[in-house]
Amino acid sequence: MKSFVELFEVSLRYGEDDDGTLALQDATMRVDRGEFVAVVGPSGCGKSTLMKVVTGLWPPSKGGVIVNGKEVDGPLSITGMAFQNPTLLPWRTTFHNVMLPLEIAQPHAAKLRRERASYESKARDLLALVGLKGFEDKFPWQLSGGMQQRASICRALIHEPLLLMLDEPFGALDMFTREELWLAMQELWLARRPTVILVTHDLREAAFLADRILVMSSRPGRIIAERTVELPRPRALSMTYEPYAVGLVQDLRDHIGAAREVA
Amino acid sequence: MSETAVPAGAPAPNSAPPRRRRRSRKKIGRRVLPWVVIAALFLLWQALVDALRIESFVLPSPSAIFTAGWHWRGPILQSAWQTFVETAIGFFFAIVFGLSAGIAIGSSSLIYDGFYPALVGFNTIPKVAVVPILIIWFGVGAIPAIITAFLLSFFPILVNVATGIATVEPELQDVLRALGASKWQMIRKIGLPRAMPYFFASLKVAITVAFVGSIIAETVGSNAGIGNFMLVASSRFEVPLAFAGLLVTGAMGIAMYAVAGAIERRMTGWALRGGMDIDTRS
Repeated sequence: MKSFVELFEVSLRYGEDDDGTLALQDATMRVDRGEFVAVVGPSGCGKSTLMKVVTGLWPPSKGGVIVNGKEVDGPLSITGMAFQNPTLLPWRTTFHNVMLPLEIAQPHAAKLRRERASYESKARDLLALVGLKGFEDKFPWQLSGGMQQRASICRALIHEPLLLMLDEPFGALDMFTREELWLAMQELWLARRPTVILVTHDLREAAFLADRILVMSSRPGRIIAERTVELPRPRALSMTYEPYAVGLVQDLRDHIGAAREVA
Repeated sequence: MSETAVPAGAPAPNSAPPRRRRRSRKKIGRRVLPWVVIAALFLLWQALVDALRIESFVLPSPSAIFTAGWHWRGPILQSAWQTFVETAIGFFFAIVFGLSAGIAIGSSSLIYDGFYPALVGFNTIPKVAVVPILIIWFGVGAIPAIITAFLLSFFPILVNVATGIATVEPELQDVLRALGASKWQMIRKIGLPRAMPYFFASLKVAITVAFVGSIIAETVGSNAGIGNFMLVASSRFEVPLAFAGLLVTGAMGIAMYAVAGAIERRMTGWALRGGMDIDTRS
């Protein structure tokens, strides 16, 4: 299978000169088309930097990034992004927040005026899929944290991006809400099969959602281990408490512990 | 958004909307309270002037002021209208310039670095000192007053709009950039809407200083307007009439502030009710 995202010995140093912080060092990884990959690692290991490099928001200082067969040299418009902070626009309703990418990303922006009705029904369907039916016309501050995050994920998906980048999107939620959103996320992924890169520090989350888990070392970040999750889909939450997943989480935990000690 | 970054005049995060039934009496009380305070001040003033027998040309009593004001209501209203028109025109240009310059400065660090020091320097110049120059250039009349109103009021608008645009959350910028948004799209979709609460809050400050500006110009050199009216009245030792002009000035200031406040509440309700909820999260 041909890889969709490929990083080859990517280093990134913040700041111009040599004494700037080295956030990534020789990070090499590949993600297949339609694959769900989780990146885990100790805090401050450059996971978020990795996201910026893959999406072309930051040019790497060294090495190359290839996405969808092309060398990345600027922001990629085939990506959708969601962060720990829902970053919804408070002056827009939930529905219009979800519509935002369609007003900007091509080819949708050009077609939006003519095909508004079909786009709008798509947005409503997507909101319904994550359980936000009936909340379309509410403003973000009228929603709970979990609902805001659902809306944020809808916004990341509405323009059918080929690549979905999730930067700890469930990190600020309580455990029950988080698990609910794992299920919603799995459903969305099974329905559309985008390529997903999920950055997280929750190992159970990685085990539940991902096909493959990459472990990063502490700063400067490198990929130091890789595990394939062999659980059938669709997965149930209870699977994360079964021996296989528990063993996997423990294994990952040891790697991260070792990475922290080295630092 | 941290509270410390909020510039003067930025929207204060409001408390929760009052529960209607229980607080309705309290609410009416709050409505009436300012009028009660004003009336009480006037009564106290009247009582002091009467009791201490202060001469009318030193401090006229409110009753003398109202009598003089009512007697000369025609000229007073005419002057007030003149001042209002000058203020409104100057203020209009201040909005146009403040908004566009604020967008430019807020969205480009290059323009910010280049122009901001000069603007701050300009803003520190006392505008009273500029009025005689304006009169040399444009002659006695409405134009110096309009320009002074403009000069005083564009700065708060500019600073607020620039702050609103410059403080857009980096993650939000990433979301839009990753969608392939152009610089102008980022300004239009997030920068401007985000700056709106700042903008409307600054209007309240700007309208009052614009008003001060036109009155200053009228006082220094003009043959019309409420500033000129007060100058003429006091040069004739008609102190109650000069005070009547002052009261009208104050009333106009309050009225303009109230209008700007009402527009603010209408336009940016989202920021007053929900802005805090979103902004404190991160």
